[in-house]
Amino acid sequence: MKHNETTGPTDGPASQTLAVRYKRFMLRRLCWLGLLLAALVVTIVVNVMSGPAGLSLGLVLRGLVDPASLSTALHVIIWDVRLPFAAMAVIVGACLGLAGGEMQTVLNNPLASPSTLGVMYAATLGASLAIVFDLATPLSIPENYIVPVCAFVGALASILLIQALSGMYGATADTVILFGIAMVFALQALISLIQFVADSNSLQQIVFWTMGSIARATWEKVAIVAVVFAVCLPLSVRQVWKMTALRGGEEYAKSFGLSVDRLRLMVLLRVSILTAVAVAFTGVIGFVGLVGPHISRMAFGEDHRFYLPGSALAGAFILSGASVVSKSLVSGIMIPDGIVTALIGIPLFLALLMTQKRGR
Amino acid sequence: MVDLSVTNLCLAYGRKTVLEDVSLPAFAPGSMIGLLGPNGVGKSTLLRSLAGLESYRGDIRLDGEALRDLSHARRAGRIGYLPQTLPQGTSLAAYEAVISAYRAVRPDLPKAEIEAAVEDVFDLLGIRDIAFQALNKMSGGQRQMVGLAQVIVRRPAILLLDEPTSALDLRWQLNVLMVVRRIVEAQGGLCLMALHDINLALRHCDRIALFSDGRLLACGPAGQAMTSETLRQAYGVVGRVEQCSTGTPFVVTDGIASPADLAGTG
Repeated sequence: MKHNETTGPTDGPASQTLAVRYKRFMLRRLCWLGLLLAALVVTIVVNVMSGPAGLSLGLVLRGLVDPASLSTALHVIIWDVRLPFAAMAVIVGACLGLAGGEMQTVLNNPLASPSTLGVMYAATLGASLAIVFDLATPLSIPENYIVPVCAFVGALASILLIQALSGMYGATADTVILFGIAMVFALQALISLIQFVADSNSLQQIVFWTMGSIARATWEKVAIVAVVFAVCLPLSVRQVWKMTALRGGEEYAKSFGLSVDRLRLMVLLRVSILTAVAVAFTGVIGFVGLVGPHISRMAFGEDHRFYLPGSALAGAFILSGASVVSKSLVSGIMIPDGIVTALIGIPLFLALLMTQKRGR
Repeated sequence: MVDLSVTNLCLAYGRKTVLEDVSLPAFAPGSMIGLLGPNGVGKSTLLRSLAGLESYRGDIRLDGEALRDLSHARRAGRIGYLPQTLPQGTSLAAYEAVISAYRAVRPDLPKAEIEAAVEDVFDLLGIRDIAFQALNKMSGGQRQMVGLAQVIVRRPAILLLDEPTSALDLRWQLNVLMVVRRIVEAQGGLCLMALHDINLALRHCDRIALFSDGRLLACGPAGQAMTSETLRQAYGVVGRVEQCSTGTPFVVTDGIASPADLAGTG
């Protein structure tokens, strides 16, 4: 066949088997994954260093390796304040990146993100109800957890509704997206209604929640999100071949014998749970789940063995980086991460896209 | 060896009947059957039904078992279906598209066996040089070859190909049909393919199934199924079926049939 342009190993001798040539190709991708992981570690360290009380690199590394050598104040700053924040940024970013990556694949839409089906709005509705109606006492839930619990319940309810509707009317990508859009509009209206009846104090809390911030992180919350991520990731890995095959086209995937509708519903359920648990503790962070997968696709292609971990790592990197910037822009003030990710990330993303376009 | 039977097949989309009481004769193992007929006559729908992707009335049996009773995996193991559309233009490399198509449905097979089958199919189709090219950087013809590789890598006993040569130049059309012939004969399988190029079908297929208005108009060896009469009935075209020096029939068209010509076919 006439040869145009290659994305893979062109330098291998023709006598080598395709599998051997592909292994070299995969090795290069693994190196890129390693680099992204290293960059993520750097942002974590910088994240711990930055804040009102600036800490040196040496002090942070010593504090991480040998916590007993720290003074009580430094121990609290590093281990009880900054590390939970840094860890929360990483794990929430990873959840949103992975969720976005899977969502874009099963909906066959590069504009899809964890917020496409209204999960984030449903979480906002749950959080708003908890704030406005002060549900902690009637529900006997600790004050600290009432907002995340209600946000999660709201998100879960929206997932179940979408799943039920898709199950009844067919789970094609178009149908699911249309249900999602309808859900978003309905939820936005309900959120507006609650904001309309809320007093000024509650309204302020709701608005702050919708800006998205990891400043509410504790080790307990980090552990909850991490456990959900740890449960979902292996399930995603089990379906990497099916999702890769789906990228060749739905008609083809069906022709191979894949049950595409079933795969889609399972992935959407997983994606929704990942999103729900992530935003329940941080509020709405919308940009990461859209752009993380795009960066991963540019770097690793669409073999989902690399694309999905790449999406998770890219999401973690973006939110971890945004967390550093949110603390550094204005001294002593932590700008909500949801704002920073969009303000910093969108120009960066556009620059990446344009660079890629020029490279073609 | 494979045994496929289709009896009284009916299919409708809403109120529109697409296939009406279609029964196919038994085909000898190793045969290539060309499905011919004008646009919208039900050729693709028949192939989709045989692939298990449509709900139908009637009976389709594969080696004596009703097709609708077979699981997705068992059906996919026996039947390979190439859709009319080309594989999606994504950044997947051809090698990734083919290996994922196989591993997704056969996770039980050893990796080495799958890699060997993929290697083999790239060599067989002569597309080794585009193995690591991204689908979104390929021509339509190249993508069609990758789609075909995805289907035949599993070596299914029955190949259902919906216009497998529509985006290919002459040389690659011949290459594809020769490869398909080799696979079908080696396995004692069957290949049913919808084609728009009548002469290509007459030249390469052992049997021709000619459709008109969702019904099977004629089925048999090329020279018997395709006559000037069936040509006029199916396509509304006036033409002749002649034989070339090797004895292969070919169609020469003279023009579109007039209402009087069509009335005469009644």
